[in-house]
Amino acid sequence: MHLSPDQIIFWQLGFFKLNATIVYTWGLMLVLVIGSKLITRKLSTELQRSRWQNLLEIIVTGMNQQISEVGLKRPEKYLGFLGTLFLFVASASLFTIVPGYEPPTGSLSTTAALAICVFVAVPLFGIEESGLLQYLKAYTRPTIIMLPFNIISEFSRTLALAVRLFGNMMSGTLILAILLTITPFIFPIAMSALGLLTGMVQAYIFSILATVYIAAATRARKTEPEPKPENNNNHVNQKRINHG
Amino acid sequence: MDSMTIIAIISIITAGLTMAIGSIGPAFGEARAVSSALTALAQQPDASATITRTLFVGLAMVESVAIYCFVVSMILIFANPFWNHVIAQVAGK
Repeated sequence: MHLSPDQIIFWQLGFFKLNATIVYTWGLMLVLVIGSKLITRKLSTELQRSRWQNLLEIIVTGMNQQISEVGLKRPEKYLGFLGTLFLFVASASLFTIVPGYEPPTGSLSTTAALAICVFVAVPLFGIEESGLLQYLKAYTRPTIIMLPFNIISEFSRTLALAVRLFGNMMSGTLILAILLTITPFIFPIAMSALGLLTGMVQAYIFSILATVYIAAATRARKTEPEPKPENNNNHVNQKRINHG
Repeated sequence: MDSMTIIAIISIITAGLTMAIGSIGPAFGEARAVSSALTALAQQPDASATITRTLFVGLAMVESVAIYCFVVSMILIFANPFWNHVIAQVAGK
């Protein structure tokens, strides 16, 4: 029994190993790139359009809507990064219906790479939005005492992103492998259907968490603590009315 | 008992305990979160999109604790570093 697709090695030349993770990642990249190229080659704005175009439009508008609901004002700017994350993780778990396929997200290397992408992208988007100094100032936001905790949380949430996705995908394949030895016929099918659902939910969670982190980094400037005089005025007015 | 047997026994028992104890807390937490979210959904069906999204993000946060426990117990069973160390020592002798 193997814990991750890293241990399946197709071809080896000295130090260079071609394991299942790399091969299936390349396969997924090919499918995604060629698929979207084929679909977007003949886009139509007519009433009559292909099913694939409809599918792609549903996905893109859905992601746009989700991103803007989290609080990012211009979702088109972030759609490239977040949409790619979502599509990769979602298709990685969706292709488990193909026999012989192992999801590359079931390897800690892939999920760590994805999490490091988020770890790098969050400060980049934040600096681009509000400038280097303002972004760095956000780390000392409530008080200066919170500085180390903010930095620690930056690293720990990256670790959490990687381990969460890895644990979910790995547990899916592992449970299937264990069940195949105990109850071979019907039950693994139900569990693999559950695994498809879990994979979709994990893809959603991974991309929505990345969105939330980016939104928090870019919004840092706008949430300046400012005194609210209106409340006091209202209070005074109420008192006056009461007195009157 | 030699040291290999002790390591094997302790790793297996600890893996089981990790899963057992480590899944109780997240299970209670997720149950509370889902029941509150259902109440909120029943009271305000209009806000279902926001409630569902927040619920999913929160559940992911809670669930990651259980996932950590799962990963630790899997490491203890399938990729135990102490076990590998002892095997390497035995093979070296």
